[in-house]
Amino acid sequence: MGISIDEVKKIAHLAKLELPEKVAQTYTEELSKILDYFASLKEVDTDNVQPTFHPFTWDTPMREDEVKPFEDIQAILANAPELLENMIVVPKVVKAP
Amino acid sequence: MNSLNLNRLTIKRALELLDEGKISSVELTQACLERIKKIDPEVKAYLYVNEEWALEQARLADEKRKAGEHGKLLGIPLAIKDNILIKGHPTTCASKILQNYIAPYDATVIRKLKKEGAVFLGKTNLDEFAMGSSTENSAFFPTKNPWDLERVPGGSSGGSAVAVACRMGLGALGSDTGGSIRQPACFCGVVGMKPTYSLVSRFGLVAFASSLDQIGPFALNIEDTALLLKVISGHDPYDSTSAPREVPSFTQILQENANTKFRVGIPKEYFEHELHPEVAKNIEEMISLLKRLGHEVKEVSLPHTKYAISVYYIIAPAEAASNLARYDGVKYGLRVEGKSLIEMYKKSRAEGFGREVKRRVMLGTYALSAGYYDAFYLKASKVRTLIKQDFLKAFEEVDLILTPVSPTPAFKLGEKTSDPLQMYLSDIFTIPVNLAGLPGLSLPSGFTRESLPLGVQVIGPHFRDDLVLSLGYQIEKELDLETIPPIVKAL
Repeated sequence: MGISIDEVKKIAHLAKLELPEKVAQTYTEELSKILDYFASLKEVDTDNVQPTFHPFTWDTPMREDEVKPFEDIQAILANAPELLENMIVVPKVVKAP
Repeated sequence: MNSLNLNRLTIKRALELLDEGKISSVELTQACLERIKKIDPEVKAYLYVNEEWALEQARLADEKRKAGEHGKLLGIPLAIKDNILIKGHPTTCASKILQNYIAPYDATVIRKLKKEGAVFLGKTNLDEFAMGSSTENSAFFPTKNPWDLERVPGGSSGGSAVAVACRMGLGALGSDTGGSIRQPACFCGVVGMKPTYSLVSRFGLVAFASSLDQIGPFALNIEDTALLLKVISGHDPYDSTSAPREVPSFTQILQENANTKFRVGIPKEYFEHELHPEVAKNIEEMISLLKRLGHEVKEVSLPHTKYAISVYYIIAPAEAASNLARYDGVKYGLRVEGKSLIEMYKKSRAEGFGREVKRRVMLGTYALSAGYYDAFYLKASKVRTLIKQDFLKAFEEVDLILTPVSPTPAFKLGEKTSDPLQMYLSDIFTIPVNLAGLPGLSLPSGFTRESLPLGVQVIGPHFRDDLVLSLGYQIEKELDLETIPPIVKAL
């Protein structure tokens, strides 16, 4: 099976990870080895098997959509890398016209 | 103070001494802090210890006791894995990306422990984001096994296991996604329990793989484990996966079941795996012990066991890739500036995450990506169903299942770090339990010739945590092992 270095670069982009060329090579080798190990799953017959996404299958619990104020907003803002008053600053996302 | 021999002090005994007024929580907490000062530079279990804060909580506990209050853990000093939030204190997940993060609220388990008067000594080391089996993936430093400083303590909750083994805390909390409580408990000679999925709220536990993660206790014996489990269990509206069920008094059930005879299954597939000869010998001894105690031991089959590692290392990374998308340098955590928002994301994540975390995020992203979803994630989720059904079928014939915890005793530091797959394979006996959502208990069951701890795992049906603990209690009583690491005994 395996995975190519181009696929590794594509995956890194999807996962939003900067990936230097040298590291991409290492990941390609490591991930190929792990994916090869997964190949044994192919031998299992799962034609009539439902997938398990959660250990128990009960209904999604419903609740009223009530507003509950968080008691310490400052503690949340204090973790932000950059603040302007009570707003979190990020690089510009829209280009000037 | 003469009565304060930390090496033999259980939570139950400490509570008696506190109630009789023979010791105070301040003295007890002070003793743990002194122990930390002496031993922790050698074993490095803690990422964060806050003496002033710990003593302040202890003073408060002593005042409450004087005022006639009786919390279930009033004045008991505990260690908490550093992926569980305690308001106002750091939660790093042993990751550079959360190095400066201060928790803005309490996890539900912390709220429950506070309500019962527990004292927090600090936060313990782990594999970054709980991804690993040796605590070597911590971004800060590896933790060492107190039985042999050249060996790993197991992981990912290595710090919590070592804190309890060295009596640097009377109990601890960890989290277990594929064995992260049970394997380090086994490697360090303490008791560790992964409760049934959904018994304990994960609100305030930093998410790794949400369909597998569960918080659980570490302690020196089963009674203390049962007490801690009772305190942290129960329905929580803040965790929509938490079970709306009554939680029984586990400590009481231990006594009621002290002589109950169980039908115990031994899964034959676990013996087809390559076992360390001393692990194999020990499990045979445990089987003889069960028979001697009058339990009915029979072979059961879990035919899909051999696929568990593959299933787990597709599902857990897939869920992790989604859960860890939140670390983008925007709202909290490390930010590395970039020319654009996307570049900022990529640089922050590349700089903030360690190798294993990145490897798993990549693996998970791949398994979920267009063209591979059916072959990997969906296929793994179907095989997961078969693994779960194996257990459900086995539990039609037996009450409990007994297995080794790990195929080997604690391995050497550095032994498996260069080969991720070898590291993954060390969790073969614990992973299926998470995939099926079952309760699993790891308890000390002997030692190798080199004096490394060995452990057995008791697995039960969903929500039969009480039975799992009950059999563990019977085994523990019969073995009556002394589990004090040499480094601690030498003090």
